[in-house]
Amino acid sequence: MMEPAMLDTTIAAPSPLVSIEGLRVEFRIDGSTVVGVEDVSFAIRPGETVCVVGESGSGKSVTSLSLMRLVEFGGGSITGGSLRFTRASGEVIDVTRASPDEMRSIRGNEIGMIFQEPMTSLNPVFTIERQLTDGLQVHKGLSGDAARAKALELLQSVRIPEPERRLKQYPHELSGGMRQRVVIAMAMACEPRLLIADEPTTALDVTIQAEILGLIDRLKRENNMAVLFITHDMAVVAQMADRVVVMYRGRIVEEGPVNEIFENPREDYTRALLAAVPKLGAMAGKTAPEPMPIMGATAAPIAETTTEAARTPKVLLEVKNLTTRFPVKGGPLRLTVANVHAVEDVSFSVNVGETLALVGESGCGKSTTGRSILRLIEAHSGSVTLDGWDVRALRTADLRRARRDMQMVFQDPFASLNPYRRLRDQVSEPLINFAIASGSALDDMVADLFDRVELPRAFMRRFPHELSGGQRQRVAIARALATNPKLIVADEAVSALDVSVRAQILNLMMQLQRDLGLSFLFISHDMAVVERVSHHIGVMYLGRIVELGTRADVFENPRHPYTRTLLAAVPIADPRQRRLHDDRSFRAIPSPVFPVGYTPTPSTYDEVSPGHFVLQEQN
Amino acid sequence: MSAVKRFLTTKGLIGIALLGLVLLVAILGPWLVPADFATRMDMRARLSGPTFAHPFGTDQLGRDLFFRVVLGAQTSLTIALAAVITSIVIGLPLGLISGYARGHVDNVLMRLVDTMLAFPALLLALTISAMLGPNLQNTIIAIGIAFTPFLARIVRGEALRVVQMPYVEAARASGTNDVQMIIRHILPNIMPQIIVQATISLAFAILAEAGLSFLGLGTQPPQSSWGLMIQASRDYLDVAPWTALVPGIAVALTVLGLNMFGDVLRDVLDPRAR
Repeated sequence: MMEPAMLDTTIAAPSPLVSIEGLRVEFRIDGSTVVGVEDVSFAIRPGETVCVVGESGSGKSVTSLSLMRLVEFGGGSITGGSLRFTRASGEVIDVTRASPDEMRSIRGNEIGMIFQEPMTSLNPVFTIERQLTDGLQVHKGLSGDAARAKALELLQSVRIPEPERRLKQYPHELSGGMRQRVVIAMAMACEPRLLIADEPTTALDVTIQAEILGLIDRLKRENNMAVLFITHDMAVVAQMADRVVVMYRGRIVEEGPVNEIFENPREDYTRALLAAVPKLGAMAGKTAPEPMPIMGATAAPIAETTTEAARTPKVLLEVKNLTTRFPVKGGPLRLTVANVHAVEDVSFSVNVGETLALVGESGCGKSTTGRSILRLIEAHSGSVTLDGWDVRALRTADLRRARRDMQMVFQDPFASLNPYRRLRDQVSEPLINFAIASGSALDDMVADLFDRVELPRAFMRRFPHELSGGQRQRVAIARALATNPKLIVADEAVSALDVSVRAQILNLMMQLQRDLGLSFLFISHDMAVVERVSHHIGVMYLGRIVELGTRADVFENPRHPYTRTLLAAVPIADPRQRRLHDDRSFRAIPSPVFPVGYTPTPSTYDEVSPGHFVLQEQN
Repeated sequence: MSAVKRFLTTKGLIGIALLGLVLLVAILGPWLVPADFATRMDMRARLSGPTFAHPFGTDQLGRDLFFRVVLGAQTSLTIALAAVITSIVIGLPLGLISGYARGHVDNVLMRLVDTMLAFPALLLALTISAMLGPNLQNTIIAIGIAFTPFLARIVRGEALRVVQMPYVEAARASGTNDVQMIIRHILPNIMPQIIVQATISLAFAILAEAGLSFLGLGTQPPQSSWGLMIQASRDYLDVAPWTALVPGIAVALTVLGLNMFGDVLRDVLDPRAR
């Protein structure tokens, strides 16, 4: 790992397992040709992890699919270059010229593949045993019993608890992390010489991501297997890679050993990519959020104006004992047989001009909390007070007025805009709904909103599909700003965006906060982003806030065990701080479903320091 | 201008040409061709194949098939169009309310629709038509009602899908009320499916009218309709297949034109295809 990098690439190179030269892949779309990747060349040596990193559309997946010749099933064709793969027999073949029969004997046998979605890459109608033994019987010619024994061995090697029982189960009976372990076991079944992992942890929670990364790394070392790891996440790259290939728009920007890429990037694009990654711990010792550094843009300091407000904090939103439950219906009469306790006795407050972040893993109730506050979902009990209004007690007409003061920005910018309406109509909708403006005044206000989110006014006449993800999110923010709200609930508002775009949107939000005195309720699963943008943080687990305090409290002095687990699981974007380990935690997350009439214990907190609350242990 | 341009694909042109031809015949036919041409019997040329005097042949009563097709076009298309519009007028709000309100409203409305779906559409149309009495207007109502549950089901399913989209939630958070929500957000997003279903329904409506006529409840002789012609050809299929082919081809071309037109219309309305 610490050997001189330059020597590594020039002299001490063993013969490569895979060598890609001048790869060019084209797609035919509606009669025109689109180049997917062009002039891509790199090599993977045995036992080496090569990370291909890039933003969406960079061609990283196309490259990996080409290696399996799977790109042809997606309408692409390899129109140039060679993909030389050294087979187990020592024979070197060019994958681009291999016959379909040869490819079948390579796929899943000498090259294994792990896909992004563990739910969709397992067939829901077959047991785990059936899915594991299929490949063994085809490629290795094992008999039923031998294949079953091998399947069990595989499940043990990926460290799934109770492997015998898992064999008889169906995919839906396993958790997301276990499913991805099964997918890895399938890929490992025939002891491949190369494992291709295409964003294998993107759909997983951060604690599970840490486990899966550790597992892949251990399997690679134990089997001396090469890994081609595709990802968009620089922090994951730092944890996994021996060498890194940075791609942009179908071409390779830069290639090199991981330490070199992180410490001494040659290309501007690589530098921009690295700068846009929020690093956990980078905000230590700072009192207020700070914009992300963006290449070519000088960041304006934000702290100045907020300190005034920080000295005399004024509460804007006060949430007390909020509880939201969803009924589970059953039986022929569709009666309520149980309740999902999505949000359980949650209390917090958001100050004027400040950001409170709710962080937690999927299913912890953070989104439901946000929606309950806006009354997009009706809460079960508790109180929500916004600037003196008791939101939960409002009747329809008053609720509409209250909604002028609180708006929402959603996660998926592709789905949160109506594809059939022009952007001007979507941004002006709240203005029309609340009769704030009409005629030319309306047009002026919409134009101002587009200016405010830094979109060209010409975009007003466009439809959502004509914009990129980041531009669409700007439109969504403009729509949220239209009514001049006091509070914006941002539900995973930057999670679906590429890193460089994410940094821009985060900076825009921070700038709007400074200019307009907005308060944000920032809902996110990403600890590093949260550290960057928030004044206060609430960590949620199983419907409750387990720890609540200032950013410094939670990040620099975490007290609740769950907060610590979460922080320890976040991959660090620094190859010299690797902490991969294959510890099985499998904290079985307890079910939030309780029978009708169940009364949960109220949340009680210890105040470890002024304003820093930690949930007491419950029975 | 761009909308017109996007209509001018091969498919769009064929669709427009076919539909234009059929509509032209249906509208101008009764003006240009005296009504009695369709009922004038040439007793010396019964079940005659295509000849110089009768280019499309004649039926069992020696009536010219060309004129009968031309004069039947209006009846067939009027019934089919009016019936489909009826089914949309009833089914669209039904499905929208059901899918948008969900819960008990949805349950009640959909059980009603399921009850109607339990009967074959033609049987339903037959019963309604028999109850109301055989005339043009009642035939339209009968077919329209019989087709309603299919449309309502599709609209409901699509509405359920669209209601869950984040842009609907976003609009609700921006203070959009229910009526505006349906008009601005739900309806445009389920339009493509309604268009597809409507074009398919039109074809089935032409055939349903034929079925009703076949059983003596639709168009009444001596009036001509395509369905009636196909029905009448039943006994002579082996000796004079053209008696079925001529109106059959007329139906087929209309349906083909409609489907192509519907496809292109759907694409034109979709901003993503621009």
